[in-house]
Amino acid sequence: MSAHDHAGHDHAHGGVAHGSLKGYLVGFFLSVILTAIPFWMVMTGAIDNKQATAIIVMAFAAVQIVVHMIFFLHMNPASEGGWSMLALIFTVILVVIVLSGSLWVMYHLNANMMPGLHEMQQMP
Amino acid sequence: MASTAITAGAEPVFHLEEEHAHAEGGSTMLGFWLYLMSDCLIFAMLFAAFGVLGGNYAAGPAPKDLFDLGLVAVNTTMLLLSSITYGFAMLTMDKGRVGATQGWLAVTMLFGLAFLSIELYEFAHMIHEGATPQRSAFLSSFFTLVGTHGLHVTFGIVWMVTLMVQVARHGLIEANRRRLMCLSMFWHFLDVVWIGVFTFVYLMGTLR
Repeated sequence: MSAHDHAGHDHAHGGVAHGSLKGYLVGFFLSVILTAIPFWMVMTGAIDNKQATAIIVMAFAAVQIVVHMIFFLHMNPASEGGWSMLALIFTVILVVIVLSGSLWVMYHLNANMMPGLHEMQQMP
Repeated sequence: MASTAITAGAEPVFHLEEEHAHAEGGSTMLGFWLYLMSDCLIFAMLFAAFGVLGGNYAAGPAPKDLFDLGLVAVNTTMLLLSSITYGFAMLTMDKGRVGATQGWLAVTMLFGLAFLSIELYEFAHMIHEGATPQRSAFLSSFFTLVGTHGLHVTFGIVWMVTLMVQVARHGLIEANRRRLMCLSMFWHFLDVVWIGVFTFVYLMGTLR
């Protein structure tokens, strides 16, 4: 039994990446930059075009989420025999369906169902 | 390993005395990761609700009138700092230094409390100005989304205090290490959700 326990013990340690000081510092440094730039852009209005600013801000958020996943949550394709990554991919697919589906459907519902002021004025 | 029970005229029945040994807690990290993924879906629903309702002000205050981005930036800094200090707690835990681990956990907890205090101050300020959850669909979805995140942080802090007591009593035993690693994932996950909150709610709201 003791041999079994020992093997299990090693497995528990091998399955989870703990990260290193360098990894945490790199992750922190990157996320500070990736947080500061969007805030600066929105607070100062560095770019006049709101739509362009919004797209850049979202791109920074997407990159920062990946940075956090890698450096803080220690995600890699090999952890837990690939099951963590599989669960993550499945969740991301569901999140994309939920978000894009809700926004898409409700946007069109708003556009088609709510009589705007413009249409109301043309009514007899 | 197997015991056999034979009754007259019946087929022999085999019972395994025990399953083959699983190391205790060997699957905890994966299980906790799956919990986090389901939590992620809760936040996805709340983000979707905010995305749909976030523009319905009902002639009430809009994000531009309510949000103080400077305060949100300070708040974000608190959560980011708490993430890195929890990382330091994990590194000192790996080295088996109980005192240093407890110290970093305490620092993390203080940053977490600072985050919560700032958020509660912001909420109180908004409600004082009449921007209550009942005011408009935008504010209902805002308070639900940001409040749910704040509730998670609150329970994370409760969990952290519990684990600090556990570590003080029993030291960095295998079970406590496992629990600290679960809380580590929980805490960093909340930081990931906060990236979505400050981007979609505060920054995009101000742009809108």
